[in-house]
Amino acid sequence: MRGVDRPTPRTVRLRLEVPDRVDHLAGQHYVVRLTAEDGYRAQRSYSVASAPGDPLVELLVERLDDGEVSTYLADVVEPGDQLEVRGPIGGWFVWTGDRPALLVGGGTGVVPFVSMLRTAAELGRADLLRLAVSTRTAAELPYVDELRAAGALVVTTRERSGIRPPGRLTAADLVPLWEPGQTAYVCGSTPFAEAASQLLVGLGVPAADVRVERFGPSGPA
Amino acid sequence: MAGPTRGFLGRRRERDPRLPPGQYDVGRDWPVLTAEPTPRITPETWSITVDGRVESPTTWTWDEVHRLPPAEYRGDIHCVTTWSKFDTRFTGVSVDTLLEAARPAADAHFVVATAKTGYTTNLPLEDVTGGRAWLVWEFDGAPLPVEHGGPVRLLVPHLYFWKSAKWVTRLTLLQRDQPGFWEQNGYHDRGDPWREQRYQGD
Repeated sequence: MRGVDRPTPRTVRLRLEVPDRVDHLAGQHYVVRLTAEDGYRAQRSYSVASAPGDPLVELLVERLDDGEVSTYLADVVEPGDQLEVRGPIGGWFVWTGDRPALLVGGGTGVVPFVSMLRTAAELGRADLLRLAVSTRTAAELPYVDELRAAGALVVTTRERSGIRPPGRLTAADLVPLWEPGQTAYVCGSTPFAEAASQLLVGLGVPAADVRVERFGPSGPA
Repeated sequence: MAGPTRGFLGRRRERDPRLPPGQYDVGRDWPVLTAEPTPRITPETWSITVDGRVESPTTWTWDEVHRLPPAEYRGDIHCVTTWSKFDTRFTGVSVDTLLEAARPAADAHFVVATAKTGYTTNLPLEDVTGGRAWLVWEFDGAPLPVEHGGPVRLLVPHLYFWKSAKWVTRLTLLQRDQPGFWEQNGYHDRGDPWREQRYQGD
């Protein structure tokens, strides 16, 4: 572990030196596996935020109060610690840097998109990406400055954003970002991913061009 | 295998023997994981077809499949993302019942399940026969919710749950294995949770 910091109150950013690593594709994830003294293990997957050209692998972890792995990563890990990781993993929710894409993220669902933005910057193809992000408040959104600098639409559901009152992402937000030929990527909690992917399908985006990554609990039962 | 992680204690020491390695008990929750937008499928437009290496390719409509002998699964399910859910109850029909009608050819050894969305997953034929796989349309006595694969999903509970294709509409029997959606994207061809067959190479 080379770097640990907390970009927002509920997230921790981990910068890892991974010996002999295979370059990841933007959108892929790593598995972090923790082992207790008695051999008990727990593992979870976390999206990579860094670009392949970054000498370190950057993971962004949301601290869940009842999370067995995320509380350890947020509260205990220090630079210099050794962690067992496996990756990169995933071959579907990836952007290879050669096709136009519309990225729609909710909360910490922006993490794979940060990797895509940084990859696009490395390739000099920032023109290929359009990005819309939803968060409760700007202060709770990791990478908010980086996302805004990349031209992302940032929608806030619990506070005003400029002249815009608090509210959810709408179809009208996505219309100016959508262009035929794009692949759409949706990442966020299950309720967000469900709503955002249905917005896209409702706009006429072919379902086959919408790639969805969901995380977290299913929401209120 | 790495040694202990400094300072990691873990949540609990009493491990439920129903929990495969690396899994945790998700409790009453049932997370939703799909790689594509949730489709809208009405039972009237849904059907299930068994084809490929079979003597009599057969299609059943919603009404027809409900007239087959009912079957039930009670037990646990395990997702590769590390949650397990105990004591589930699904109702539907055994895949054995469909295969009895379609009559697998002698050289059929694998099956690919295809969903309405185009999602596919591959399984050895022996993993969907012998009372180990079902088509289900009820969960805990209520219609299977669309986000969990309703109206009808495949249920192969002894394997990781991505094998239990949501919105299933076709079972195609094959001579040779043909990797499905996640299997082409780095996941294991068989996916036995008790052997932790999560990714290719496990």
